[in-house]
Parts: sequence; C-alpha cells; structure tokens
Amino acid sequence: MGERREEGGKESRGQGIKGSRGEINHSLETSNPRNLEPSQTKPVATRDAYGDALLELGKKRKEVVVLDADLSGSTKTAKFAKVFPERFFNIGISEQDLIGTAGGLSLTGKMPFASTFAVFETGRAWEQIRQTISYSSLNVKLVATHSGITVAEDGASHQAIEDIALMRVLPNMTVIVPADGIETKQVIEAIADFYGPVYVRLGRAKVPVIMPENYRFTIGKAYKFHTGRDANIIATGIMVSVSLDAMEMLKKDGIDAGVINMPTVKPLDNDAVIEAAKASGLIVTAEEHSVIGGLGGAVAELLSENYPVRVKRIGVKDTFGCSGPSDELMKLYGLTAEDIVRTIKEALKKS
Amino acid sequence: MSQTSTSKDIAFLKEQAKAVRIEILKMLAEAGSGHTGGSLSAADVATALYFSKMRHNPKDPSWKERDRFILSKGHAAPLLYAVLALSGYFDKSLLKTLRKIGSPLQGHPCSKLLPGVEISTGSLGQGLSIANGIAMGLKMDGVTSRVYCVLGDGEIQEGQVWEAAMTASHYRLDNMCAIIDNNGLQIDGPCCDVMALEPIAEKWKSFGWHVIDINGHDMKAILGALDEAEGIKGKPTMIVARTVKGKGVSFFEGKVQYHGMAPTQEELKKALEELENNG
Repeated sequence: MGERREEGGKESRGQGIKGSRGEINHSLETSNPRNLEPSQTKPVATRDAYGDALLELGKKRKEVVVLDADLSGSTKTAKFAKVFPERFFNIGISEQDLIGTAGGLSLTGKMPFASTFAVFETGRAWEQIRQTISYSSLNVKLVATHSGITVAEDGASHQAIEDIALMRVLPNMTVIVPADGIETKQVIEAIADFYGPVYVRLGRAKVPVIMPENYRFTIGKAYKFHTGRDANIIATGIMVSVSLDAMEMLKKDGIDAGVINMPTVKPLDNDAVIEAAKASGLIVTAEEHSVIGGLGGAVAELLSENYPVRVKRIGVKDTFGCSGPSDELMKLYGLTAEDIVRTIKEALKKS
Repeated sequence: MSQTSTSKDIAFLKEQAKAVRIEILKMLAEAGSGHTGGSLSAADVATALYFSKMRHNPKDPSWKERDRFILSKGHAAPLLYAVLALSGYFDKSLLKTLRKIGSPLQGHPCSKLLPGVEISTGSLGQGLSIANGIAMGLKMDGVTSRVYCVLGDGEIQEGQVWEAAMTASHYRLDNMCAIIDNNGLQIDGPCCDVMALEPIAEKWKSFGWHVIDINGHDMKAILGALDEAEGIKGKPTMIVARTVKGKGVSFFEGKVQYHGMAPTQEELKKALEELENNG
C-alpha cells in the first residue's frame, strides 16, 4: 500500500464508535429489539463483514470477480483474493482504470465487485462511473470502504463525505449504506441478485450490531425500529445505532421519537418517509456525510414536494473533516446521540 | 481473408472504405454537426476490421465468440455507424437520423440504444480500460475472440490511457490489439503544439506493448499489422496508424477546423464528386 493511503490510527485495533455514555456497545442494551447474546453483539466493521460476504458469494457464484486498487488489505477484498486468485485483479493505484476494467469484465458476463476507499472510488473515478458504468447500466458493484469521518486519523483527504451525493445524482445508480455487519452481508447477497450498477458505502470503524439476526434486506425498503409520535429519525449507515441511542435518551424525557433505518438512499423508500412524516410532523435525518446531497437532501426533496413537514438534517455541515479518533470526530462534527437529542428538543420547542 | 490478402481483396476493401467515407459525409451533412476529420482518418482501419479481419455476425450482435470493437475515440461515431450499417447491423436509412431526437445514433455511441455498439463512449480516455476488462473476461472463459480498440492520438493525453496501458501489459493481454489513429491534429491545433505526443511508438514499447508503426491508409499494411498482432503472444499490441485527418476529401485533409465541423450541402456535393472520381 502506498504511503499516501497508509492506514494510521488506533481505531482499527479494536476501538469502535462510542455511544453517548462512552460504552462501545451500549445501544444494544438499551435499544436492541431482540436481546442478542453477547457473542453475537460484538461490534464489527462493515468492511470486515464485506470481506466475509464477498468470499461466501464467490463460493456460490462463479461469475463474481473482484477488482481492487492496491487497498485489498484495507477493503478486505484480500480474503476473496486469497481463495480465488484467478478471479481477483489488482489494478494498482489507478481508480479510473479500475472502473473501466470492471465495466469491461461485466460486458463478458462477469459480476465485478470493484473496491477501494470511497473518496477515490467515487471522487477520483466519478466521470468513469458516469460514462462507463451508469450511462450503460453495467452490472458492476462499486463497494467502497473508508467512507465518512470515522476514517479518523488519516484526515480530510481520506474522509469521503460527498460520496452519497456523487453517486445519488447518477441515473441508473442504486445507493446503499448498510448500518452494521448483519445488514452488510444481506446487502452483498441482495445486490448480487440485482442486475445493474450499485454503490455500497462501507466504513472502516467497528460499529455495534443492531439489526436482528433474521432481518432480510430488500433494495429500496426501510426498516422501522419504532415510529414516533413526536419526531422520527431517518438514519443511514453508522448513524442508525447513534439514532437508537438518541431515541432511548428522548424516551426518558418523555419524548416519543422513532428510528427508521434507510439503507437504500436511492431509490428512497418514499412510503416509509411519508408515513414517518405523517406520524410525527418532525423528521430528523442522520448520516455520516455532508448535509448537502445525501440522505438529508433526498428526504427533504421528497417531503417538500409531497408532504411538507419540518426536516432537520444531522450530518457534516458543509465542511471538511480532520484527523483525530473517530469518537472525538463524531462529537466535533455534531454526529452524536446528544446532538440528535438536542436538535429534536429544540425543534419541538419551536413548533 | 487477410492472412492471404490478394490484390482483389485489397481492391474490395478500398471500395468499401470509399463507401464508408461516403456514408460518413452524407450523415454528417444531414445532421449539420459532428466530427468529420477523425471519422475519415480512421475509416481505412475500421473498414479493414469490419470487412476483413473481425469475426462478427450482424444478425447476432451479442454472439459470444465475436471479436470486439471499442471505439475509444467516441467522437468518430459516424465512422462506427457507417461500418455497422454497411455490415448489415441496421438499415442504412437510419443513418439519416444521426444526432436527431429519438435516434439510436447519438452524437457519441450509446450501447443501450444501438446493437453492435459494444459500450458507450465519448468521454475520451476510457475505452482502453474497458477493452482490457473484456480481454480479461474472454481469457477467463477460454474464448479466443480478439479485442480491438481504436484511440485518437490526442486522446492518449488522458492519464487513464496510461493506467490501462500498464494493466494490459501487466495481465499479458495478447488478445488485445489497440490502434492509435495518429492524424496529428486535435481541436485546438496540431498535437505537437497542444501537448506533444512523440515518440508515440517508444512510449508504448516502454509500457511493454508490441508496437507496429504503419501508414494507416495503406490497406495492405493495415491487414499485415492486424495479422502480426494476432501472432504476438504474452503482450498486447499497439498499431500506430499514421493517418491524415479528413482523409479522402482534399479540402478537409489536414484541416484542424474540420475536427468538429460537418460538411455543408455544397461541400458534401464536392466531396462526393471527388471520392467518386478518385475511385
């Protein structure tokens, strides 16, 4: 791996995203709907779940090929590469070529999974994705890791906070952000059964397991943990577990807030969003991404045209990230359960 | 045919190239816009491929065993449409719809709309990567089809081309034959003034490619180079086809302004007369 993408920081050695009370996994105690055994609730990075899911998929489907741009150890495609070297192509540090080559492989009936860091995959190769993958609706799965600010110590150059917006704006593109390891595995299986270009956004840091073991992901479908009468939080990715913490905190103060996991940012589950708006009249979106153009943008666009209610967006406020431990960065950029709680309380006060 | 190309074969291909040029000029004049110079300069190479070298079946554009043609310089779309139409992929009358609303003949090739177009191109520098991916997939499947990719010379200023150049060489894609249409001109002027390209052949050699330098209007040389490429094992081949922009019509030849300008009706008339007379 090249120096400019060196994986620094302590986070990868076990420290996960901390919740509001400083416990790694506390959301499970408070909001887990099914009382998981401790062994099953160990936090796992979505990229690790991807590595396992990809290997399983490779065993089942011969047409699966995997491409990486010199980051297979970090994206976890190395697991697949080790077992299926003849179906793995390292393209080197050349993301534009990565995308084009994946496109070409798909034209011979292969199902390419092209992986690198989110900032390089969607930023460096955006126009290649537009011209070659989405314009022609090629069956290429763009699975990027190291999204968002929880890339942590590597800093702003490596923290993709624009990728959802960049992919969402492309016609024919499906955009999925799994919330945990369970959902990631489901997503990888589901996109293999779907013909067409898909962007999957994964993270580097370990995140709590929050989805039920028997959960079945469907492209375009939201998962409702709870529908609130006072407010509803529509969250994606790692912000789902943070939102569950916020829900519990609000409950103690007598505020009924719901949480909806929106793994598919495009196509958005319009019915779920409108239903949530009808139930509470206050919608809060939560994503580890810029407040511009991502889930918050998608929800606001839908509601303003169809069922206008107040929308507050939790996310990175049109600024770049910086270096630091992921839990401190989550605080610095206003992405904690406390931030959601405060946002909801203030909004309810004004209404 | 090309392995033992006779003078009769060459004569046939020259006639075909003339027919291709006529269709290019007619469709461009009808459209009123489009890229004349680069369509004409690559006409002989594309003719040799579609009417002699390539295995393909116009009645079954997705035939698995076909050779693949990727027009990386997508602005030469009129050339691709002409060879596809004359090969029988679709009716020649469709050429009149070039660049018009609802036409499958988009300003730059669109694979979703037109069978025979392997992949949409138009944004330069991307075709070689795609061709590489196809070449890899074919090798994995043990399919012996070959992949041909035509690039513009100005196009190799795109960095992605060199990423792909490394990939083709690294993965020993000897089923890949790329051709540079080296007409020496790009939109803003001569390539050597805009961003110098030479030494082109040496660049590709240093990237691990087998390089063949030819006159891109000499049909015999084109066929010879394509045959030679097929015999090369363990590395991809680049044919540097030295061509003239606007080739075939004296008043377009070497004129940079005809890169992106279509002939007027008057120019078309004169051009067709000239092509017919030069038989």
